[in-house]
Amino acid sequence: MSRSENRRGRRHPLASVALLVVGLFVSGGAYAAFTGAATAEESTVTAVEVTDGKALFAANCASCHGLNAEGTKAGPSLIGVGALAVEFQVGTGRMPMSGSGPQAEKKPVQFTQPEIDAMAAWVATLAPGPTVPTEASLQGGDPANGAELFRINCAMCHNVAGAGGALTEGKYAPNLHNIDPVHIYAAMVTGPQNMPVFSDMNITADEKRDIIAYLKYLDENPSVGGLDLGALGPVSEGLFVWIFALGGLVAITIWLTAKSN
Amino acid sequence: MADKSNELEVSAGSAVARPDRLQNPGFEPEHQRVTDESPAREKGAERGVSFLFLLSAILSVAAFVLNFIFPIVPGDLLSTRLNNLFVGIAIAAGLLTLGVGAVHWAKALMHGHELVEERHGTRGDDATRSRAAEIFTEANKESGWTRRRVLRNSLIGALVAFPIPAIALFRDLAPSKSPQELLNHTLWKKGVRLTRDPNGVPIKASEVTIGSAFHVIPETLGDVEEGFLDEKAKAAVLLMRLPLADLNEAEDRKGWSYDGIVAYSKICTHVGCPVALYEQQTHHLLCPCHQSQFDVSNHCAVIFGPAARPLPQLPIAVDAEGYLVAQSDFLEPVGPSYWERAR
Repeated sequence: MSRSENRRGRRHPLASVALLVVGLFVSGGAYAAFTGAATAEESTVTAVEVTDGKALFAANCASCHGLNAEGTKAGPSLIGVGALAVEFQVGTGRMPMSGSGPQAEKKPVQFTQPEIDAMAAWVATLAPGPTVPTEASLQGGDPANGAELFRINCAMCHNVAGAGGALTEGKYAPNLHNIDPVHIYAAMVTGPQNMPVFSDMNITADEKRDIIAYLKYLDENPSVGGLDLGALGPVSEGLFVWIFALGGLVAITIWLTAKSN
Repeated sequence: MADKSNELEVSAGSAVARPDRLQNPGFEPEHQRVTDESPAREKGAERGVSFLFLLSAILSVAAFVLNFIFPIVPGDLLSTRLNNLFVGIAIAAGLLTLGVGAVHWAKALMHGHELVEERHGTRGDDATRSRAAEIFTEANKESGWTRRRVLRNSLIGALVAFPIPAIALFRDLAPSKSPQELLNHTLWKKGVRLTRDPNGVPIKASEVTIGSAFHVIPETLGDVEEGFLDEKAKAAVLLMRLPLADLNEAEDRKGWSYDGIVAYSKICTHVGCPVALYEQQTHHLLCPCHQSQFDVSNHCAVIFGPAARPLPQLPIAVDAEGYLVAQSDFLEPVGPSYWERAR
């Protein structure tokens, strides 16, 4: 290959385009390779039967919460949050978070129950904190009393029908339909994220059982009025009325005043 | 018709009608409906209307029958829902088909000729007018209305005096004392314990853990016999405990909280909705009605929305038994602005 040919190739009008294409492929491919490797590594960690909660924590939580759960800039300290907070956050799929955002969202659970229990057990050894109640202790409450307590303490954010609602800056109170009683209890005791704490000294354990009974009653009994349009209140209902009811009235009015053909 | 509109007709009690500069174009040629032109279509429309009426009758009977097919079983909400749904749909559809049938009858089958009914003049004829004037003159002569002046003026005086009692009667509809006093004060006063809503159990400072939110009513609310809801609406308080590091307190209000426990009126200063959507990490309070946001760490300063003032703070302290008590009433009126409110 002569020297002149070489220079011609490099100075070809399309050379820069070719370089760009090659660069994009290389960087994109490298990114895919690295992230692919990362997900593969993560899945092997979670798939392995690990009984040691500390090891699980170190592998899955420590990057944000610190190796000893002391907290970092990315995540709060978990010393003293207790086993119940772990059960709630990991057991509803909120932790580990999929990305930073206004709040951690409910998603498919990432761990098996023995793994969650192992992590909860390790976090509980750090400092005393709320423990996971037995299933039986959450059964058999009084839905009527629960409804009154719910209206006073919970309905302002979660909506009187438990349908959830918006908070500030993209945060929201989730809907409370078909939630495991343990997680309802855990949310009240631990006050996850921006939810205030409702400890047993505020709402007693019996009253919490009543609130759970009310939410279960809502799950099992349909809306009396038929289609509830999400039970979100005047916004969704108003939208429906404006579009369909007023639309229908306009159509009827046009038909009434039109000449018969 | 065209020539009529050009006539200048002036009659008593009506404005001067200027001759129209545009010619009245009259009616369009009469619209011929398909039912006018084709007897088969007319027959079809008749059948259609009868069908709608028949359908309406069937639906009304169906509504009656469905009430028994889907009875309301006490305690079973699903049965109530099905009953409401089917009976309601049948009644509504029955009424709708009745109305649609009637309108269709009128539009397609009843005659469609356009008619004009001219307005008549409002002025009576001369004989009627002079007779009316005569009646007035006679009545005046017989009663002596213009002649017996004292009598006439005493009647006018009696009629003027007649509505005077109404002033007192209408005044009595207003509250007996100025509502300003009621608006300025709540049940809170020095030493009144903060208790849980709804059961009235007093709250110990030690029970309010960090991040907690308590819905609070005054201890004395249970004794209120008249106007319970009014008193509750004014005195409702939200109690929160913040980490001390997050609380920026003004110098003159340092003594109003207790170890990070703060109490604020739950009534929005915009239009009075209950503000209780507390975010325990951002310490923001959100009003659900118009999205006003209050920053609890800075004395509930308004940080967003239409509210004009911070939520009033209730000064609190702890009594000898460890229970939270109010130091005084709110130092400003709670809730939205009103005319006599200072500031």
